[in-house]
Amino acid sequence: MAFQSEQQKAAYWRSNISLMLKLLAVWFIVSFGFGILLVDVLNQIPLFGFKLGFWFAQQGAIYVFVLLIFVYVKKMNDIDKEFGVDEE
Amino acid sequence: MGIQTMTFIVVGITFALYIGIALWARAGSTKEFYVAGGGVHPVANGMATAADWMSAASFISMAGLISFMGYDGAVYLLGWTGGYVLLALCLAPYLRKFGKFTVPDFIGDRYYSQTARTVAVICAIFISFTYVAGQMRGVGVVFSRFLEVDITMGVIIGMAIVFFYSVLGGMKGITYTQVAQYCVLIFAYLVPAVFISIIMTGHVFPQLGFGATLADGSGVSLLDKLDGLSTELGFNEYTSGTKGMFDVFCITAALMVGTAGLPHVIVRFFTVPKVRDARKSAGWALLFIAILYTTAPAIASFARVNMIETINGSEQTGTEYAQAPGWIKNWEKTGLIEWEDKNNDGKMFYSGDERNEMKVDRDIMVLANPEIADLPNWVIALVAAGGVAAALSTSAGLLLVISTSISHDLLKRNIMPNITDRQELFYARLAAATGIIIAGYLGINPPGFVAQVVAFAFGLAASSFFPAIILGIFHKRMSSKGAIAGMLAGIGFTAAYIVYFKFVNPAANVSENWLFGVSPEGIGTIGMAINFVVAYAVYKLNDEAPREIQDMVEDIRYPKGAGDAQAH
Repeated sequence: MAFQSEQQKAAYWRSNISLMLKLLAVWFIVSFGFGILLVDVLNQIPLFGFKLGFWFAQQGAIYVFVLLIFVYVKKMNDIDKEFGVDEE
Repeated sequence: MGIQTMTFIVVGITFALYIGIALWARAGSTKEFYVAGGGVHPVANGMATAADWMSAASFISMAGLISFMGYDGAVYLLGWTGGYVLLALCLAPYLRKFGKFTVPDFIGDRYYSQTARTVAVICAIFISFTYVAGQMRGVGVVFSRFLEVDITMGVIIGMAIVFFYSVLGGMKGITYTQVAQYCVLIFAYLVPAVFISIIMTGHVFPQLGFGATLADGSGVSLLDKLDGLSTELGFNEYTSGTKGMFDVFCITAALMVGTAGLPHVIVRFFTVPKVRDARKSAGWALLFIAILYTTAPAIASFARVNMIETINGSEQTGTEYAQAPGWIKNWEKTGLIEWEDKNNDGKMFYSGDERNEMKVDRDIMVLANPEIADLPNWVIALVAAGGVAAALSTSAGLLLVISTSISHDLLKRNIMPNITDRQELFYARLAAATGIIIAGYLGINPPGFVAQVVAFAFGLAASSFFPAIILGIFHKRMSSKGAIAGMLAGIGFTAAYIVYFKFVNPAANVSENWLFGVSPEGIGTIGMAINFVVAYAVYKLNDEAPREIQDMVEDIRYPKGAGDAQAH
């Protein structure tokens, strides 16, 4: 086992889960939140010829999805390094 | 040069390319056959995953569907991309660390149960066959329209090509061929979209042109124009939907979770060398998918405006049939466009009310789009090649799942544990060959319910695999009794609901009769919830998972020492 102690191991898993939940919260808000549940409210706001809710549902959420995964990769690599379990 | 000659040349060149790659990347061992030796670069793997995932349905049908559904089309856009976030954050890294070849492998080992493994194998094979039949049909449609060979011949040509490179190359051949196929299909998708965007709005990027002001000097934005036209013609406003909000929510969720649970997508993450590469691969895959998925809604709205203006004329009084452009007459021959002159004025008219005289099939929008916008013949040929690439790449990935499920999960792990690597490889090839023949047969003689069965596949994946894998990773004490009970309850409920509304009593398939207003397309979400609840309840009433399983789960949570995808 690469971890110094059981506490380290538990702490690694906790940071992993907390990062995951934060990113999933954003995932939920932009797609289900802005694109579906709040779509009628956001559609009152114009954005370069789009209605904002419609834009999130058909464009915006997808851009955020891509960003989320790359943020996850970056942050997870940092966490791996911090705990000394990175691969090389 | 005519469209047909041009199409032959373009499609021919792409086929030669795929075969060349297959010869170069022949598989020598089961490991190369199943997971490409586990040594594929994340960017290449991302492209291959994108091509694997984007099927004939994404390429040919999706923009057309959105074009007719308006806002509601978002269920496909969000559903089929959002699933990758779940996959990247919750599944891919852990399954890669686990390091076996297939999803049934994970379910079987994690839940220490041959029953669980067998249930998973059957689900995987069923889901894959459903899909692959649809792909073969897609190849057939493209061939018959552009090369004017009949559908049967088209399917046979498609089968021969897939047979050649998947049976020979296995995952290794498939992966590198899919990289080429991604390039072909994305180029073919973007070229007409960019052309049309420039013509209609002056913007190079369709994603921007989609919301921009029209270039015809009217000062109206594309979407306002579309909303106006839709209302005037008795359709629903384009930017608002007709489905209930909870239904849209459930369909989106079912498609997302279904995506994350599809075996041919998951298996891709076994092909990269390390856990960090598995994380990164999902990001690249989604980026490559997003290029097509953000273009699709733009194509949908361009095509809708173009189609309405061509049929109804710019004054919205109808166009003389005698002056109808060539594409209308070409597609009329295939029966996908129909005109009935109800008021005998010799003019065509398209609307959402009693004035309507046209029947336009949604599936033609992408294929006919370049013709509608009057683009040169080589663009049309390119779109045909792109459609074929999308269908072939997905079929190959699915066939691989079928062949590994049979040779590895069923034969090696269940029935004949003593076979050698060579024999296993032979059975894998045999299973792939048999799979292609069955899929081809289904493509030529499609059961009338292919479209319905696809919804079924997503519902099944969502309500069975996904909860079992999530609990398997994040709840280390979850027991086999709990997981199996959950899977059976989830699948059972979802299948019963779909079968009832789609096959037993289709007349009752209206929103008043649906449970909480959820359509059969979205019911997988409820099935998934049932799976989680039942699994947890049964787990609480019985023993927890044994110590060594809990240790194994602990182990997959930490990336160090992912090692190779192991043979057994």
